[in-house]
Amino acid sequence: MVNPQMVMYEEEFNQIQAVVDRLVKEANAKVVFIVDKNGQLIAQSGDIENLDSTSLASLTAGNIAATGGMAKLLRENEFATQFHEGEKANIHIQLVGKRVILVVIFDARSSLGLVRLRVKKASEELNSIFEGLLRKVQEPGRDSPFAEITDEDIDNLFND
Amino acid sequence: MSFINYLSREINCKIVYYGPGLCGKTTNLQYIYNKTNPEAKGKMISLATETERTLFFDFLPLSLGEIRGFRTRFHLYTVPGQVFYDASRKLILKGVDGVVFVADSQIDRMDANVESLENLRTNLAEQGYSLDKLPYVVQYNKRDLPSVATLEEMRALLNPSQNVDFEAVATTGVGVFDTLKAVAKLVLTELRRGGGG
Repeated sequence: MVNPQMVMYEEEFNQIQAVVDRLVKEANAKVVFIVDKNGQLIAQSGDIENLDSTSLASLTAGNIAATGGMAKLLRENEFATQFHEGEKANIHIQLVGKRVILVVIFDARSSLGLVRLRVKKASEELNSIFEGLLRKVQEPGRDSPFAEITDEDIDNLFND
Repeated sequence: MSFINYLSREINCKIVYYGPGLCGKTTNLQYIYNKTNPEAKGKMISLATETERTLFFDFLPLSLGEIRGFRTRFHLYTVPGQVFYDASRKLILKGVDGVVFVADSQIDRMDANVESLENLRTNLAEQGYSLDKLPYVVQYNKRDLPSVATLEEMRALLNPSQNVDFEAVATTGVGVFDTLKAVAKLVLTELRRGGGG
């Protein structure tokens, strides 16, 4: 079955951003970001100034997709956690509720144990926020903001 | 599956370029990348082998402008065309909003085109999509080469249901932006219909 459309509202975004901001502090992380499984960046926090987060988001989703493919071949449900250890930076990737991906980038100021611990708690919080969001999106009467666009609106995009 | 963000007032859509090996999917993206203003594009990522064959995917984020106060952003992906990378191709199709099928016009690649199109249908069906319902554009690439099939032959073989199609020479850019604009328009029109996933 095809997933329903992903929509982000201000209320849920603020809740998600609060979780992500807190995780940066509590895990002593450099950067924390959340991506949906299709590679769209949802929220980010920390030292993101010189980070190409769009590319990172797409590659993270590709990574999770590839690992998910391997899991399927091994008749595993999913590999929900991944850890990549570098010389200076480490990446911890956690699948949350089969829908979004929580990524924590950290260095020697933190540790895998601490990150794991904090990620576990944050995942639970995020899971319930996204479940609520999904219910909200599926409520009847929530029209797409694009329901009223005209052919002219679309054509205007391409008149350069 | 498009992603609408009310807070940043953005809409994100995913377009996948599909087709047989060496048909010019990556070349399409490279041309778009080279001809797009720096402020409208992100970095192009190519996960390729040492011989520059696509291994997993190419990725190019593009910003096309605003509609009713929403910024429209398109994420363009290519799949690896070589037959044995089928597992990877399936993954790239997840959450797709629109498909471009790039066909190789050379006569001796017709079997490969047909096989790839069949493979596209199968892989979409596995995810619960149907090519007949998705925004879909066909591109007949490499029209500049000798020994190419005629347009009529290619249409009969690869596009019997008469979807929007274009002749192209991706290396020089002929038809590249026409193809992109056409699929983007179809995706936005689908969003208006309340589709988009």
